[in-house]
Amino acid sequence: MKLTAGRTFLLWLLAMLAAAAIVWNSRFTADMSFFLPAHPTAEQQVLVDQLKEGVVSRLLMVAIEGGEASQRAQLSRDLRGQLEKLPDFVSVQNGETGSQTVDRDFLFKHRYALSPAINPERFTVDGLKVAISDSIDLLASPTGMMLKPLLPSDPTGELFALLSGLNAGIQPNSSAGVWASRDGERAMLLIQTKALGSDTDGQEQAINAIRSHFAGSAQATGLADAKLQLSGPGLFAVNSRATIRDEVGRLSLISSLAIIAVLLFVYRSFKLLALGLLPVVSGALAGIVAVSLVYGTVFGITIGFGAALIGEAVDYSIYYFVQSRHGGLDGWRTRFWPTVRLGVLTSICGFGALLFSGFPGLSQLGLYALSGVLTAALVTRFILPQLSATAPAMSDLVPFGQSLAAIVRALALFRWPVIVLALAAALLLFVERDGLWNPELSALSPISKADQLTDMALRADIAAPDSRYLAVINAADREAALQAAEKAGAQLDLLVSAGRIAGYDSPARFLPSAASQEARRNSLPGSEDLRSRLQTALADSPLAANKLTPFLQDMDNARQSASLTRVELNGTSLALAVDALLLQQSNGWSVLLPLRPGEQDIDAAEVRTALAGSGALFIDMKVEFDKLYNDYLHEAMLLSLAGLLAIVALLAASLRSPRRLAAVLLPLILSVLLVVAALHLLGERLHLLHLIGMLLIVAVGSNYGLFFDHASEQGHFDPETLASMLIANLTTAIGFGTLALSKVPVLHAVGVTVGPGAILALLLSAIFVSRGTCR
Amino acid sequence: MIKRLVAALLLCLAMPAFADFDVAQLMNDLAKHKGGKAKFVEKKTIAMLDKPVISSGEMTYSAPDRLEKRTLLPKPELLTLDKDLLSIEREKQKLTINLNNQPEALAFIDSIRGTLSGNRAALEKNYGLYLSGNSNKWVLTLLPSDQKIAALVLRIVVSGSKGQVRSIEYLQADGDRSLLTIEPLDVK
Repeated sequence: MKLTAGRTFLLWLLAMLAAAAIVWNSRFTADMSFFLPAHPTAEQQVLVDQLKEGVVSRLLMVAIEGGEASQRAQLSRDLRGQLEKLPDFVSVQNGETGSQTVDRDFLFKHRYALSPAINPERFTVDGLKVAISDSIDLLASPTGMMLKPLLPSDPTGELFALLSGLNAGIQPNSSAGVWASRDGERAMLLIQTKALGSDTDGQEQAINAIRSHFAGSAQATGLADAKLQLSGPGLFAVNSRATIRDEVGRLSLISSLAIIAVLLFVYRSFKLLALGLLPVVSGALAGIVAVSLVYGTVFGITIGFGAALIGEAVDYSIYYFVQSRHGGLDGWRTRFWPTVRLGVLTSICGFGALLFSGFPGLSQLGLYALSGVLTAALVTRFILPQLSATAPAMSDLVPFGQSLAAIVRALALFRWPVIVLALAAALLLFVERDGLWNPELSALSPISKADQLTDMALRADIAAPDSRYLAVINAADREAALQAAEKAGAQLDLLVSAGRIAGYDSPARFLPSAASQEARRNSLPGSEDLRSRLQTALADSPLAANKLTPFLQDMDNARQSASLTRVELNGTSLALAVDALLLQQSNGWSVLLPLRPGEQDIDAAEVRTALAGSGALFIDMKVEFDKLYNDYLHEAMLLSLAGLLAIVALLAASLRSPRRLAAVLLPLILSVLLVVAALHLLGERLHLLHLIGMLLIVAVGSNYGLFFDHASEQGHFDPETLASMLIANLTTAIGFGTLALSKVPVLHAVGVTVGPGAILALLLSAIFVSRGTCR
Repeated sequence: MIKRLVAALLLCLAMPAFADFDVAQLMNDLAKHKGGKAKFVEKKTIAMLDKPVISSGEMTYSAPDRLEKRTLLPKPELLTLDKDLLSIEREKQKLTINLNNQPEALAFIDSIRGTLSGNRAALEKNYGLYLSGNSNKWVLTLLPSDQKIAALVLRIVVSGSKGQVRSIEYLQADGDRSLLTIEPLDVK
């Protein structure tokens, strides 16, 4: 069956329209899920949940600069007043004292439900004697001054016991009644957004609200030149997305324009240009469609990789147009297509290896590039010839190819110098093998250095929690979760009193389980009992029992009140703390117990031993992050090796000659060595995308080796083939090279590796082509 | 206002009588004292309690801004003041307060620190200074000039001899009082 050009075009158009419809309905995202593991372990799941939904991911730190301390404080108060009313924010704190009073009053009111010190012994004669004598001793200390007015109603010091367990860590500085930076030059606020950390739109809306209200408040308080500094995970997400969005457009445009310029220069015909871009457009669309259908969402970075795909996909039409000029379609099919096909297959091996990555970003890149390249090749092979039957012949490249052949002959001189250079590179890499790699996941993060520094400065100034250490417990319901938290808490208390950790937070501090509230209530004696016990206990005390009437009343109230529930916490900042640490999940409840390190770092093994039997999972976030990255790196190494092996196996099967295989592979391996050594010398710390780049040098570069091999076998190099390779190489280098301009490390690494690598692969293949081929 | 007026009157009466010894001289003597170790006994008289609460221990002062107060009885406690960081260690708990965040506490601390180091400017920031006695036996009375501080402390009376402070008495606004007596341990 023979299709006419018109029908072919129509079919192609229909396919493209369908593809466009799918792309139109695709969900695009530029959030950090690109980096989060596709198949997380239990520990990694906690990490992922924290990054996406955790309270820390919803915190924004704000600093106000300019004017006098009092003006900044006024601005801070005004801003807080305005933001607090907005539904976008769960809490806006600036260190004003009002909220602390509310919390303290709540703790005092419910001290007999909350105090961990309460047990049946606490209110016996002996228990009272000890507790009250401790309180009196405390009055001798400066800490006791605050508690003096409370003595008649709280002689056993329950509020003190309660406050002691709370975060006594470093509080932010204050100046003029609000939080200030350490140097006192900036007013500080800590804001918790309602939007989840993973909701980049919500974060952007919240950040815009802060900025616009800040501008308003600055005007209103007469501090128009005040400056706002803002940081936090939300800002990172918003900025990264903006960077990626911006770059997707910019990089694709640069790459397209440069490639179009090259093609126009070579083809000298708009019709040929349009036809030549056909496989590219098809490939780019097919890539997005494949990703969208398989993964549901398409990462911005994946689209950004399109710039490279354009450069790679355009090669096939270049080969076709240039190489078919003399032999026509049939000649090209028999003489060149098998070589092009083998090149396509090696590229597919390279990209295909990425498909198996547990790093979702990487597997998406793999699928995108694979389907793009495959589609471009198929369109070139089956559709382009039909459509270009009537196209004008392109200009004659024979003279150009002949001069290239002369150059290639001369290049043989460089064989030994290149081998020496490559050996030097190998030696350098071997000697410096420990310093080559960047061991941090942050190497992949698209957050700018300046943003990171601002974040560190603000974080230090406001003493914001970083929640590095977490114990996590899952339970069926809220009560079970709280009971589990109390049990684990009791085990952690041992570590606190041994000085191994400084402390920990628990939702059960402000919302004890109903069971322990009841146990505490049952420990409270009746009025008459308490009165007579106090008489005995205080017989020799400087505190007379008759001064403790408020104590008797409060105790009586506490004994008769119902258990505290989450609702009673409303209006206090303790409610936020509980909500942050006690989470309802789709399949039950989770409790988070953040641990605070003391002087020395926390010993994970020790904490795990201490928590044994409590069902709590202890996680060091930093270790998990590093482990995650190492897993990715390790996996990327395996995948690269597998990809390399697949390429070698494919070539071996096709070439059926160890000599020919070696001739194709040698220039590629030398190119990889030279590129990596050069990158190292230029100060690039390698990360896993450089590694992937190395695989792609082999996958993409083998195309050139195969053409040279083809020519060697025939004992003759067709000048036009040589010209087509140079042009194809140029477009590939432009495509990947454009990525090197990217600020997104994932794209940049692939660009700086594959861009120069592709050029070197062609150059070295030419240098090592067997003598006599290019005569 | 009236309180300050009375104080000013007192001052007018007191000054001529002891014209040979003034605040500047006292501050000079105090500033010469470079520190040392001392025993202390602190007696707090609290209305609610039938008996005063007594604590004792050792304190070490190194001029101009480091003070360590180690209470041994009734419960061990270590209070250290290093520049503007006040930390209290008690039963494995450590509490650190940056005094810049607590203007009232800072004023309170400045009354001790300013006296020990002879820093007149720091004292006069929050208090009116009224001196009586002579170089060998002087009594310096500090009256808070800020309403917020006056709401906590009515009067601080420091007495001593030459550059050595011997006692500090606080009279709190609620009528409770504390008397800190200092007995130097080593003589330079």
